[in-house]
Amino acid sequence: MSDPVAHRHTEGGDGSTVRTTFCGLCGEPLDAGDHSGCVRRLQLEPPRYCGACRRRMKVQVTPRGWTADCVEHGPLHR
Amino acid sequence: MQSRGPRRSTTRPGLSVDPCRDYLRPVTDIVERARLKVLERGEGLSYDELVEVLQLPDDRIPELLELAHAVRLAHCGPDVEVEGIVSLKTGGCPEDCHFCSQSGQFTSPVRSVWLDVPQLVKAAEETAATGATEFCIVAAVRGPDERLMAQVRDGVRAIHEAVEINVAASLGMLTQEQVDELRAMGIHRYNHNLEAARSYFPSVVTTHSWEERWDTCEMVRASGMELCCGGLVGMGETLEQRAELAAQLAELGPDEVPLNFLNPRPGTPFGDLPVMSSADALRAIAAFRLAMPRTLLRYAGGRELTLGDLGTREGLLGGVNAVIVGNYLTTLGRDAEEDLALLSELKMPIKELAKTL
Repeated sequence: MSDPVAHRHTEGGDGSTVRTTFCGLCGEPLDAGDHSGCVRRLQLEPPRYCGACRRRMKVQVTPRGWTADCVEHGPLHR
Repeated sequence: MQSRGPRRSTTRPGLSVDPCRDYLRPVTDIVERARLKVLERGEGLSYDELVEVLQLPDDRIPELLELAHAVRLAHCGPDVEVEGIVSLKTGGCPEDCHFCSQSGQFTSPVRSVWLDVPQLVKAAEETAATGATEFCIVAAVRGPDERLMAQVRDGVRAIHEAVEINVAASLGMLTQEQVDELRAMGIHRYNHNLEAARSYFPSVVTTHSWEERWDTCEMVRASGMELCCGGLVGMGETLEQRAELAAQLAELGPDEVPLNFLNPRPGTPFGDLPVMSSADALRAIAAFRLAMPRTLLRYAGGRELTLGDLGTREGLLGGVNAVIVGNYLTTLGRDAEEDLALLSELKMPIKELAKTL
């Protein structure tokens, strides 16, 4: 399964939990359409869109992990 | 893997009813010719022969992989070279390589980002911890500018001070001065892929030429750095063009050939291409090994999507003798531990650093 944090929740830059509205992979609203393909693809790629605001995040992939940073809502890590 | 004995024995002298007649009969089957030419004499297959290999039916793939594996063991040995890669400068590339999500010319979701030196050293440490002997620093650029060269210079120095690992680089097309500078920094190997066959390249990249890539590869090799040069398959090329790429790489003669399978990226011109079939991917692996019996043949990007777990194993038993462990530049790979466990299960030792120096 994909990282549920990346897909369902976003940690705010201040540590608070932010409601996730958008798909981290395709950037479309989670309640519009089927995102099961996105969930599968998130096993092989990091999220690119902030789940809270749909901004494209700065994503750095490293050999053993990745970070994704939204200018508004802060970083995600794995 | 089971060999297909009956088919092979019909062309092997001494096993048929009339051996004298068999000695006079030319060997026509491509697998048998490859066995004689590549396995026994150590010569790579020609373009025409590679086309024949790529046209073999699915039911002959196990036999083909078995031969490619025997070639790899005979001419390279059992060791597998393990490498990690990291993107030093991601996105915003001015080139239009149609397979790449890092081009600034497409509407890809990949944003531009730079890795700082401490993060670079951490990535090298993580890579070395897997047993890898090679760590490649990659930048999405046409060629390096002074800012990038300075970052690489600082990064390589810091890695060499902190981690025992060979450092490779992939920074695009180079000038002779940059080749010399990278060598002076202690770069062990330089990667610059041909990407595609010469005849197909204009359908893949329009912002620079195949010949420019070839020229950089020639300069790198002449410098004394090891040359890493491969490409991608599954980009809509014909089987003949796939064979052409393998033959052109064999002519170039790199130390290492990374073989990538297209992972169609959203927003790129190749984003809607179908994923290559695993059968075609396995034929390609075997063909590249039979074209280059002594070269490091590395599993690179796209193998998880194209081949999955089973295909990874088949490829390692079909000519591949090097892997990228962990993640790629913008996408994720299998867990490094899974690959290392597979190598252990297959009794394939990881190449030691001492053997690479």
